Amino acid sequence: MKIAAWFTGVVLFGLTLFMLFTAGWERPPVDTEQSGYRGTGMEEVINPRTEADLRSTQVAPEATPLPPDAGPRAGDVYQNVQVLGDLSVVRFTRLMQAITEWVSPEEGCAYCHNLQNLAEDSVYTKMVSRTMLQMTQNINSEWDDHVQQTGVTCYTCHRGKNVPEYAWFNSDPDASAVDGMVGWRNGQNRASPSVGLSSLPEDPFTPYIDGNQSIRVIGDTALPDGAPGETIQNTEWTYGLMIHMSEALGVNCTYCHNSRSFSVWNQSTPQRAVSWYGLEMARAVNNEYVSPLSSVLPPHRLGPTGEGQKVNCTTCHQGVNKPLYGAAMAEAYPSLLGPGASMQGSRNAAVIPETPTEPAERVQVAKGSSPQTADDQAAVPARESTLQ
Amino acid sequence: MAEYQHIFTRAQVRFPMHDGVPLPADNEPRLGKPVFSYWLGRLGDAQVGPIYLGWYGLASIICAFVAIEIIGLNMWASVGWDPIEFVRQLPWLALEPPPVEYGLSLPPLNEGGWWLMAGFFLTASILLWWMRMYTRARALGMGTHVAWAFMAAIWLYLVLGFIRPIAMGSWSEAVPFGIFPHLDWTAAFSIRYGNLFYNPFHMLSIAFLYGSVLFFAMHGGTVMATARYGSEREIEQAWDRGTAYERSGLFWRWTMGFCANAESIHRWAWWFAVLVPITGGIGILLTGTVVDNWYLWGLKHGIVPPYPETGVVDPAAMPMQGGNP
Repeated sequence: MKIAAWFTGVVLFGLTLFMLFTAGWERPPVDTEQSGYRGTGMEEVINPRTEADLRSTQVAPEATPLPPDAGPRAGDVYQNVQVLGDLSVVRFTRLMQAITEWVSPEEGCAYCHNLQNLAEDSVYTKMVSRTMLQMTQNINSEWDDHVQQTGVTCYTCHRGKNVPEYAWFNSDPDASAVDGMVGWRNGQNRASPSVGLSSLPEDPFTPYIDGNQSIRVIGDTALPDGAPGETIQNTEWTYGLMIHMSEALGVNCTYCHNSRSFSVWNQSTPQRAVSWYGLEMARAVNNEYVSPLSSVLPPHRLGPTGEGQKVNCTTCHQGVNKPLYGAAMAEAYPSLLGPGASMQGSRNAAVIPETPTEPAERVQVAKGSSPQTADDQAAVPARESTLQ
Repeated sequence: MAEYQHIFTRAQVRFPMHDGVPLPADNEPRLGKPVFSYWLGRLGDAQVGPIYLGWYGLASIICAFVAIEIIGLNMWASVGWDPIEFVRQLPWLALEPPPVEYGLSLPPLNEGGWWLMAGFFLTASILLWWMRMYTRARALGMGTHVAWAFMAAIWLYLVLGFIRPIAMGSWSEAVPFGIFPHLDWTAAFSIRYGNLFYNPFHMLSIAFLYGSVLFFAMHGGTVMATARYGSEREIEQAWDRGTAYERSGLFWRWTMGFCANAESIHRWAWWFAVLVPITGGIGILLTGTVVDNWYLWGLKHGIVPPYPETGVVDPAAMPMQGGNP
């Protein structure tokens, strides 16, 4: 009997140790920084031991000096330059080199170009790159509610990889009932990394940042107003999306919300408005740029629904509240900041001459104010200069 | 001295074995020959058995078995009948209630039908077990306090899985059968209805829960502290001066001026424990049916302290500035 008791004790002790050291927990102490009204638990938690490692993985590559935008235009010298044709040849070549370094450092130019004829559109990746350049310009010029004056470049997502490491496929709609007759789990109840290993619905992306389903589930009146309210099941889907955002940005709920009321805006932090634009942006990017590319992708790039990978918050953020800790990479590549030269002709004619002065303006804006709320956006003049 | 500070039961009564008082004529016989267990004797009474199964017990066990089979096989099927994944992901797995489209109608088996069936058998099992507790107490000539305390817990269970879903018009409102999933459901429930902590019945339920814990600790501590004077063996009220119970009453009158007595402390404990699920169940039943957002409700009724506003405005309520079509 004594041996049995000892044996049980040792097994329980072993299991406890196993649980403590394999669950991916972080040991205390951690630093906390208050970010809201006292006593509300609004604080950011930073682990000083893992922070250094994370920072070392989030470094933007240095840009070569920006040459003046003088000399012949790329569109006049090269054939079939549809997006960047109004760029000078020097700047065009510099950008092409940078893109190679960001996206296909091993494969080089041949990853997108037929080396015998660089102008040819025969390689599918070239079609993708062209759309992605337009997308980058669109994000930087139209979505500064989210990307502020920092902007994005190819590197924000790609980080030296052909395909961004963090992207997602639409889940197979037939996969939720595994066996036909039994196994009802309603798209959830898996230890799924996409929702931080919770048992929440594992594909909250298809309804919310691909489709247009309402993320808001919390009632906005004290008493029921007669209309059918959102269900608890939909709440679980929203909850899954929120866990994804939390994981993607390496923050907890109180980075955006005061947890006493997740829904009320005047209790939330300014970051919540920035995130709101981020969700709108991710949906627009998926619908306008990423999804249409599925038709040019080869089969091995397609998911179970026949569509390519799409973006979510992690695609850019990669575990950090500001991608690359807010390094303003894009300002060294003015042509990525807006549609400088495209097929859209007249709209951009007025913009092109201003292009060389853009970086300086951007720097001033970034230093002069750090817009936090959507309200402040009105005070930021940068976009008006590129949007005519 | 150290003798009184054991964490295990000190006394073990060994002989003679006791089958119990005679049962009424229409009862089934008790089953099994009693045995003594030293280790169980360290925790409680050393005598194990005999057990009374009876028809309620038998039916309850069969229903519980059916419910657990349905839940377990659905969980196993949801990982493609992989035994390793079943064990590895067990805490995450669940049998989900039907989606909202089906309302209160009968859904197909694999879209919540199994959930309804498991719920039926689980409920039948629990109610049969309640019958068993009630009839066994009556057979011994006891009061039925334990059965009614159990009924308080059953009330909360029925509110969550039966009464509230019917009030809301959809089985999809009910709780999934699973370990983490039912916890996620609980968190989602609170989020959906604007923070359950502002629900006064939730507050009451927590107060009774913590109150029960406090009473449990006070009572257990008091009895063990006077065990050296034989308090656990005292059957009469402490009107005899100098007894262990008199001493414990004196202790509490010294420390807080008032004391329970040997009977009333158990009355307090019973009510506090029973009121945890009763008030909790009322709170759940009001949520979504009568109140849609407890935070806003609390704001209206002065429960929520007004903290400074952050000045953040809902961007969806503003004219779109960006390039979103």
